[in-house]
Amino acid sequence: MNEPINVVKMLGITKSFPGVMALDDVDFTLRKGEIHALVGENGAGKTTLIKVLTGVEQPDTGTIQLDDKLVQVRSPEHSQELGISTVYQEVNLCTNISVAENIMLGREPRRFGSINWSKMNDLARNAINRLSIDVDVNQPLGNYSVAIQQMVAITRALEILSAKVLILDEPTSSLDIHETNLLFDVMRKLQNEGIGIIFITHFLDQVYEIADRITVLRNGKLVGTYETGSLPRVELVAKMLGRSLTELDAMTRVRSRQEDTGEKQQLVEAKGLGLARSLEPVDLELYASEVLGVAGLLGSGRTEMAGLIFGIDAPDSGSLVVDGEEVTKFSPLESLKRGIALCPEDRKAEGIVGDLTVRENIILALQARYGWLKFLSMQRQNELADKYIQLLGIVTPSPEQRVSNLSGGNQQKVILARWLATNPKVLILDEPTRGVDVGAKTEIQRLVMQLSEEGKSCVFISSELEEVLRVSDRVAVLRDRKKVAEYSGDVDDKTLIQAMAGEA
Amino acid sequence: MKQTSFFGRLRRSQIFWPLVAWVLILVFDAIVEPGFFKLGIIEDPVYGKHLYGNLVDIFNNGAPLMLVAIGMTLVIATGGVDLSVGAVIAISAAMGAVLINPALGNQLITNEILTRNATNTPLPLIILATLAAGTVCGLWNGFLVSRAGIQPMVATLILMVAGRGIAQLITNGQIMTIYYTPYFWFGNGYILGLPVSIFIVAGVLLLAWVLVRKTAIGLFIESVGINAKSTYYSGINERNVKLLAYTFCGFCGAIAGLILSSYVHSADGNNNGLNYELDAILAVVMGGTLMTGGRFSLFASVIGAVVIWTFTVTVYSLGVPANALLAAKAVLVLLVILLYSDYTRRLMNRVFERGGSQHEAAH
Amino acid sequence: MKQRTRTFIFRNGSLMLTFAVFVLTYFVGSQLYPVMRKPQVFFNLFINDSSLLLVSIGMTMVILSGGGGIDLSVGGMIALTGTASAALLRGGASPYLVIPLMIVMGLAFGTLMGTIIQTLKVQPFIVTLMGYYFARGMAYIISLTSVTITNEVYKTFALTPIHIPFIPNAYIYPTTLVGPIMLVVAIYLSFFTRFGRTIYAMGNNEQSAILMGLPVARTKIMVYAFSGLCSALGGIVFSMSLLAGYGQHASGMELDSIAAVVIGGTSLSGGVGNVIGTLFGVLIHGTIVSILQFNGTLSSWWTRIGVGVLTLIAIGVQSIFYLRAKRS
Repeated sequence: MNEPINVVKMLGITKSFPGVMALDDVDFTLRKGEIHALVGENGAGKTTLIKVLTGVEQPDTGTIQLDDKLVQVRSPEHSQELGISTVYQEVNLCTNISVAENIMLGREPRRFGSINWSKMNDLARNAINRLSIDVDVNQPLGNYSVAIQQMVAITRALEILSAKVLILDEPTSSLDIHETNLLFDVMRKLQNEGIGIIFITHFLDQVYEIADRITVLRNGKLVGTYETGSLPRVELVAKMLGRSLTELDAMTRVRSRQEDTGEKQQLVEAKGLGLARSLEPVDLELYASEVLGVAGLLGSGRTEMAGLIFGIDAPDSGSLVVDGEEVTKFSPLESLKRGIALCPEDRKAEGIVGDLTVRENIILALQARYGWLKFLSMQRQNELADKYIQLLGIVTPSPEQRVSNLSGGNQQKVILARWLATNPKVLILDEPTRGVDVGAKTEIQRLVMQLSEEGKSCVFISSELEEVLRVSDRVAVLRDRKKVAEYSGDVDDKTLIQAMAGEA
Repeated sequence: MKQTSFFGRLRRSQIFWPLVAWVLILVFDAIVEPGFFKLGIIEDPVYGKHLYGNLVDIFNNGAPLMLVAIGMTLVIATGGVDLSVGAVIAISAAMGAVLINPALGNQLITNEILTRNATNTPLPLIILATLAAGTVCGLWNGFLVSRAGIQPMVATLILMVAGRGIAQLITNGQIMTIYYTPYFWFGNGYILGLPVSIFIVAGVLLLAWVLVRKTAIGLFIESVGINAKSTYYSGINERNVKLLAYTFCGFCGAIAGLILSSYVHSADGNNNGLNYELDAILAVVMGGTLMTGGRFSLFASVIGAVVIWTFTVTVYSLGVPANALLAAKAVLVLLVILLYSDYTRRLMNRVFERGGSQHEAAH
Repeated sequence: MKQRTRTFIFRNGSLMLTFAVFVLTYFVGSQLYPVMRKPQVFFNLFINDSSLLLVSIGMTMVILSGGGGIDLSVGGMIALTGTASAALLRGGASPYLVIPLMIVMGLAFGTLMGTIIQTLKVQPFIVTLMGYYFARGMAYIISLTSVTITNEVYKTFALTPIHIPFIPNAYIYPTTLVGPIMLVVAIYLSFFTRFGRTIYAMGNNEQSAILMGLPVARTKIMVYAFSGLCSALGGIVFSMSLLAGYGQHASGMELDSIAAVVIGGTSLSGGVGNVIGTLFGVLIHGTIVSILQFNGTLSSWWTRIGVGVLTLIAIGVQSIFYLRAKRS
């Protein structure tokens, strides 16, 4: 009986950072010649596990074995020497130089100290042909599509002597079907040569198409490793979200309101709203006094949809009508004036203004609407700051504290306060409870429901199904940058998961 | 324990260190040259009774720099820089001089006409034209940075060099001497015994302060400098914020040019405002505003300018020529930037590890 | 064959455009002022702009390395080199000591700036701007007024004409050769050494270059050292040509140099362009100055304005190209 050979064996890996346990006693094995998918939602620990394997981070505890020999991976360079090659989601190559150079840079053949171009081109051509990709090695890399660039990145990764392990981190995020198939052909070829491939992705279709085994991580812990053939898709999604099958059977309903008071005022109507490479055309309606939940896995287009409604990006198809008026100018200020607010997903880059105080961050958007000259009086500012610090339970020594000194959860609350202060008609919240403690999570959910009772329209985007269901009147499901379903009335999370997984 | 005492707040505010630097230089002066602080009252035939002494000179001569520092502060606060301030001074000075001088064009010029105490254009119009010239320069810079998306350093470098050419063009390549005495009042006159220029600086400072602290503009500028993206997402038109900053900087440069040319009775396209950008950057940096943008303090920058000028006067009175200072100032800028940088902060944290955490709690 | 020609055009389109602009400008000039048809006028471009060429070569490499890379200190370095060498020569030092010493000073100065930029993470423009003031300031400290050079070796280098073979009445000076020699060196560095290829990679994507295992930190410091070297050479050539050293020399040369680099097709954001384009950028600059001089009525400060306008146009053209490339 052929025992599968373990190329990589990671046992009991634990890694923590200040305030967060990124990996908690995780085991992971990779066999020779297998394609092993690594899946999990945001914060599951996939990236950290790879960083440990490639020497970017050192584990607190646990061991790593390569070919059954205990090793300590000291640095990325060292991991390369050990035969581990990594290709990241953003193609880490240089588009202004030739394909050949990208493959050989750092190891160019030299003659009398100067670069031997013809030899370099020959070596590159051989490497490319090994993967059967049709590319002219003389052309600048930027002339080729992202898919080809990714292949070149893989070629470079493999050119390093005796590569045994290839790690592909979200390689297909920017590829279309044709390009993905190209990539899969290459992967299968490498598989046949005995190279072990770790395939990190959130596209479940692709996992089922190419992977031999699947490892699921959740909140830093190992959920399990399974043979692809014996794990139905619905179960996979359930495991990623942390539910057991028996839990699924216990139905949780969407909160439905008894008194459906007749005509609901339509505040926003999006028809065929879309943006190339971000979101396929989507129809969406938002009504006053209700909460629309948006469910979907990472990368399903939720943030992009929010950005289009709020005016960060202008769509290249479809129309957006707010309060009966069609939107022609897309900008955050315009949306603010129309009463739309967006609490963005990436609070560090798009949300907080770090060196400003809590008070200043809270009044910022409201001030933007008042304009440049009508400065909110200090009394009013302090009133607002105190009001929301209390309302949302923001933990800060004073309103004059720099926002960057606050914890992540409190920063999130500050941004939420900023938008609440503008008294919007439509409030879009993109992952508002991420990184927020349990008590605050409940507060925010309660607040959202209260806001809808006051007449607002709320859009609640979250990967936590439980809170989406608890809070929403209707739920829209996005998958692979498309809106695939919309439910109201009695819907349970099992149905949602099926829609998210692709079996409806 | 929260320290709300006056000294505590002073200690933590941005004006503390520039003030300390100024006091140190004054102390040095007092020791080395006891006559430095002598103030007297003198009776001037034209301008009447006024204060007289080194300190008065510092503020009078330093006025153009203080003005430029005010404008530069706003630009740096948005995360940019304006290298063209010297050229703007030259252009504005040239504009003023050329409007006064009756000998434009190719007419035969007698010495009498040239040195006549008269002007071709009424004084209010001259002032208007001078201010407009500088403000347009600022607008130009602002457009290049905010609309064309050119890096501030490159955009203002272009005007820095081309601007001198423009100034030369306006004066037809000559150094123009001004004979119109009412024009001299800005740089040489006195109100209530103090130089006019101090009042002008105070006026502009007040205007700027009202503009940035009594409206939302100051908050927006700081916000843009810290995180332009978040600021945009909050509904603020960050491009216009930058445009305003550069335009105001041009405006300040124009007034500085007016005072300068008034003081020296001439306009010199090549030398007016030479190396002012260095002094302005040093003043702003010394005032605690980071080159990367964000929190700023107009008062601190003005004090920084006073420090630089006091230093210059001190060094002058010791017999050292001005140009020798260039090298020292350059080193000083880098040192101050490093002192305020993240690198130093982390170094200090490591050195004062024990005291550090306690200090944080004291907030 | 056809494919290779097409590839060649595609890759070198920008360079060919710059070359075409140069030819066009020169042609227009020679039509307006027949005296420009004399071959010597062409060689005068090299003679008059020899230090600009040197300085621009260094500037090209710095801008190519990306990350906001720029060297605003070049004019100051020329002034300092000139003044220092003039002072040393006047004091009796041998030129064979002075010249290598200046070169070492240029390298050291550049290395210092590069280290502050790379290790202390201060923005290049502010570091090199302070370098500018420091260098000029030091030049003034050495001498407030112009210092004449009377050294025989310098005079020989400066004044001995080298006749161009096959072209009558055409000559250049020994100092004129330094620029083209450095150009060849720079071409070799850019295309045949790891140093040069790392510069291109860094300029395109510094993060990628680091992940690819390239010695980015070291290269960044070295590129500023190289620029310092070029500035020092430029200073030596400048002071030789004028037989004087003066703190006020080469004012405004920063913009001239940046203009030449940008017009030559190098992008300010890094990674795109080469020193050959810079050569043509310098020649275009020289041609325009010549045209203005031959005109005689337009004052020399029009050159300043003209250079500014040209730089803007060149930046504008580059961004149009960039946007079009992004869209396709």
